[in-house]
Amino acid sequence: MRPEKHNSRRAISPPKSTPQLPSATTHPNVDAIQRVDRGSELGWRAQLAVPLAALVALAIHLLFSKRAPAVETHSYTLFFYEILGVSAVLSIAQGFWMPLRSWMRHMFPILTAAILLLGLWDIVTFGFQLLPMPYFPGPAAVLRSLINDRVLLLDSTWHSLALLLSGYTVGVLVGLISGVCIGWSTPVRYWGMPLLKVVGPIPATAWIPLAMVVSPSAIVSAAGLIALAVWFPVTMLTASGISNTRASYLDVARTLGAGRAYLIFRVAIPAAVPSIFIGLFMGLGASFLTLVVAESVGVKSGLGWYVSWAQGWAEYGKVYAALIIMAAFFSTIMTLLFKVRDRVLVWQKGVIKW
Amino acid sequence: MVALAETEASSLGIREIRKSFPLPDDPLLRRPVLDGISFSLAAGELVSLIGPSGCGKSTLLRLIAGLESPDSGELLIGSEKITQPGAERGLVFQDPNLFPWLTVRRNIQAGLVASGVLREKHHEVDDFMRLVGLETFADAYPHHLSGGMAQRVALARALINHPKVLLLDEPLGALDAFTRMRMQDEVLRLWRARGTTMLLVTHDIDEAIYMSDRIMIMSPRPGRIERIISVALDRPRQRSSPDFLRLRGDILEFVHFAGNAPMENKS
Repeated sequence: MRPEKHNSRRAISPPKSTPQLPSATTHPNVDAIQRVDRGSELGWRAQLAVPLAALVALAIHLLFSKRAPAVETHSYTLFFYEILGVSAVLSIAQGFWMPLRSWMRHMFPILTAAILLLGLWDIVTFGFQLLPMPYFPGPAAVLRSLINDRVLLLDSTWHSLALLLSGYTVGVLVGLISGVCIGWSTPVRYWGMPLLKVVGPIPATAWIPLAMVVSPSAIVSAAGLIALAVWFPVTMLTASGISNTRASYLDVARTLGAGRAYLIFRVAIPAAVPSIFIGLFMGLGASFLTLVVAESVGVKSGLGWYVSWAQGWAEYGKVYAALIIMAAFFSTIMTLLFKVRDRVLVWQKGVIKW
Repeated sequence: MVALAETEASSLGIREIRKSFPLPDDPLLRRPVLDGISFSLAAGELVSLIGPSGCGKSTLLRLIAGLESPDSGELLIGSEKITQPGAERGLVFQDPNLFPWLTVRRNIQAGLVASGVLREKHHEVDDFMRLVGLETFADAYPHHLSGGMAQRVALARALINHPKVLLLDEPLGALDAFTRMRMQDEVLRLWRARGTTMLLVTHDIDEAIYMSDRIMIMSPRPGRIERIISVALDRPRQRSSPDFLRLRGDILEFVHFAGNAPMENKS
């Protein structure tokens, strides 16, 4: 009897209860499904924006390149035909390949903007020469330098890499050792910390005059300066990580029968690893700076040397070419360090983000 | 004879322990925290220590663990004097304090690594993971675990060195009521299975009555043991049996009386 009564009551006053119930339960689901659909649906913007931008930039370039010798613009024109071809292929492939579609959906605004920016650069420099020459060559000239000087650029990159890695490795090793000692031992902290606080903040490059006198070769002194630049942040952050180890972790380890070696290497150092990585990143930034300065002052090889050498000949196309290589080179190394950190700190996943 | 020697070795003797700490604003003055504590635990006994916060329960546990040393008095395990932390005395805190960089399995075997016996006793790690029912979480990291699971790992980690005495510093204090009751049974099961002498610090009078052979009630400033009560209830205990409730009433009354000493003068 009762259920029937309920039913009839519901039938009498439907506007309040019945429409609300389904909307409350189904709407979120529909919403979620729509969101997924939107993510994978084929959008004409994502398909056409990049090829169109490439077309515009190419048209701009072709328009201006008529008045310049073909040698100067040939490779850039070719480069843009390639971009146009690739973007056309991408836009067609989106129709068939799901992963590419969602990737393009995410990337097309920034790709489009980058290509249009190349076009704008072309207009401002090569086209109307609004910026003083020879300091601001057009993209075609930079690309030509990049291609013509590729052997020397590759060689310079290799030298920079060797110098950077040797200096960075030494700096990190010494920094870890001194950081652990300062962080763990009270007497070492008493004597080491003032030294660290006074000497550490001096930029490594400020030691160049001294380094030139003291060391046997420019390469060795540059590696030493890079190591010094890395040593300070690594030491500081390692020491702080070690001395901030939660006392209860050490207490637990002691009640498990741990000796000093276990406390240092299996408790304090693992607990300090997140802090140590901050030091490693800061050290990496400092090492890039020191590398480039050291190379442009004393060392006769590497990207820093290449930049100042090209500047000496007023070949600014080469300067920008080297800058492009540097950007790729340094950001690759930075990315590698991030990957290492993600691997080492897998236990922290979801705990912190930086 | 051997059995007798073993049981004697895992008894705990506390004699006239005094401990004071320097005041934060005047290091020359020292505030007494423990004032002549004496008691003993028979081997295999489970004894609770209750009392208001600040009465020095945790300090007493840290002294027995060897993490602090007393101003005067003697701490004995069997007939050996306690001078430093050691694997024969396990300690479990309210916070599980799992090493977040180690998986569950590696946390549990930390004690074996620290004592340098991992190779010989490697097989025991699996036994202990089964003992606390966490074998499927062997490769999980601590931040994936719930509070109760984390505390079970902490118990297994503390037990793996086969401690003679297990010191529990409000180990279930941070858990919700349901998990706490389940974990009380869990601890009792471990206690029965391993025969470990246990000293349990707790705020929870029900927990003390439910679990322990004897209850020691401490009073604060400076910490003293006011009274020792034997819990003569059959196990497993019923939390709502008349005897349980009567004992609970007695202790509540006494704690109230001991915790408000000035009131006694007025009435």
